[in-house]
Amino acid sequence: MGGSSRRVLGTATYYLICTVITLAFLFPTFWAVVNSFKPRAEAAASPPSLVPEGLSVENNSRLAEYGDGIWLYLWNTVQLSVMTVVFTVIVSTLAGYGFARYHFRGKQLTFLAVLAILMVPFPTILLPLYLLLNDVGLLNSLVGVALVLTMFQLPFSVFMMRNAFESMPVELEEAALVDGATSFGALRRISLRIVTPSIVTVALFAFIAAWNEFLAPLIFLTDASKYTLPLALVGVRTGQLGQIDYGSLYAGITVAMVPCAALFLGLQRYYLRGLTSGALKG
Amino acid sequence: VTAWRNPVSMGRVYTAPAVLIVLLLFLYPLAFAGWMSLHDWPLVGLTQEFIGTENYTSIPDNQLFVKAITYTVVYTVFTTIAVFAVGLALALLAQGQRPGAVFFRSMWFLPYVIGFGAAGLLWWALYNDSVGPFTAILNELGLVSGAADFFGTQFKGTASVIVMVTWKTTGFIMLVLIVALHAIPPEYYEAARIDGATPRQQFRFITVPLLRPTIALLSVISITGSLLAFDQFYIMTRGGPSSSTVTMVFAMYREGFVVFKLGSAAAMAMLLLLALLILNGVQIRILRGTVD
Repeated sequence: MGGSSRRVLGTATYYLICTVITLAFLFPTFWAVVNSFKPRAEAAASPPSLVPEGLSVENNSRLAEYGDGIWLYLWNTVQLSVMTVVFTVIVSTLAGYGFARYHFRGKQLTFLAVLAILMVPFPTILLPLYLLLNDVGLLNSLVGVALVLTMFQLPFSVFMMRNAFESMPVELEEAALVDGATSFGALRRISLRIVTPSIVTVALFAFIAAWNEFLAPLIFLTDASKYTLPLALVGVRTGQLGQIDYGSLYAGITVAMVPCAALFLGLQRYYLRGLTSGALKG
Repeated sequence: VTAWRNPVSMGRVYTAPAVLIVLLLFLYPLAFAGWMSLHDWPLVGLTQEFIGTENYTSIPDNQLFVKAITYTVVYTVFTTIAVFAVGLALALLAQGQRPGAVFFRSMWFLPYVIGFGAAGLLWWALYNDSVGPFTAILNELGLVSGAADFFGTQFKGTASVIVMVTWKTTGFIMLVLIVALHAIPPEYYEAARIDGATPRQQFRFITVPLLRPTIALLSVISITGSLLAFDQFYIMTRGGPSSSTVTMVFAMYREGFVVFKLGSAAAMAMLLLLALLILNGVQIRILRGTVD
């Protein structure tokens, strides 16, 4: 189609269309960023100004004071995301290695059980998880939410890591074993270095999923001081004393969007690799 | 070295953490959801009473959930069409080798990594009649005078949500389609051109058939996602006006965490699971059929 689309569209038309689409796609994000730096009154003005008349960080400083403080919500979100990444990477790397390198009874069944997580929608097991976390004292805890999110990352991550280890020559490890390394030592020293790109991909997906997750924190976090950014922002939107503080809302949305956008743009190669392998083979 | 000689135990050791998580946080809750659905199970209160299939047989009497089924299906159909139509158009634009195509691809994909929470709130503000730009632009153009009321009716609210969801997710469809388009051997097109096929014929008889397995797989992902829609409605329409945009998961959420009838909510959850399993089974069968 490369050739034919070139003939259908002239170069100028092509770039015009693509630029217009790009502007349309970027507009909402642009709008949030620009409005977060307008002075408070201007951010809440009706009709809105397209080009800001003044610049100010007062939205951000008011946002910083919202509720228990935006820094706390940001810190909660960072904790949740980092824990999810750490759990996911450790569990899926170990499992991927086990599935790729060893034969044991029930291996196929175990692998299928991991993949089956994909078939079951989160809402189906939401209620039992709520009761379970409550029973073990992990309700209203970021660790509890991180464990649940880790579970949902497993099908993709284990699949990814198993493929990574499978496509790596066994000889490399055997050389280390001849030198007297233990199995775990071989995994650590030789293999991990080679599968690092896959680990980055797995970590990136886990981070973005946890950073953005809405339903799990909504259900499992009952104390407002434990809220993550997406939940806290709904509170910002609701406003205090019936007054919606639009400036703060825009500032909060910007804070919530920027890390994931930056990670994607910076680590695009790893992200797209995961996306295509996950979507096309999964 | 002994560990290597006894691979049976080491394989088990390496997979043990994953197995533990699957057992405790997936299989056990799944079985438990089935068990709960057979009980009258209040969130607060001490006794759970076994009531058999009553939670299931009373679902048809639950107006909110019954309405939500139809609504979610309609929403899913229109969302899937919108996301695919835009995604395919974008894929055809950005798949070529022109300079800048990779840049356009990244920009169009970018909203996909923003969460439904932040995206929903952002679009809620964009749609806002007082501070949002959309109403201002419509007023300026003279298409609407005063409030556009983007969430005022079921139709308007749904359309507003679908536009946001398309903006957020169509980049994913585009990207996977581009990968599939690149996997089509260029010789096919060359051969067709030599035989005098027009670009339209090439698209119809080469591109579309060879993309079909990818489209089937993407539709599984997209349809499943739409049937489970919750965040965007919770944030943007809040189910309104008068509960006309309540989805299945939204209805389940209300039954469990607003009305506190966990047993009844669990029955809805099991029904949702069953529907998705059947649907995915059918779609995978179609997918296999097109591969052969």
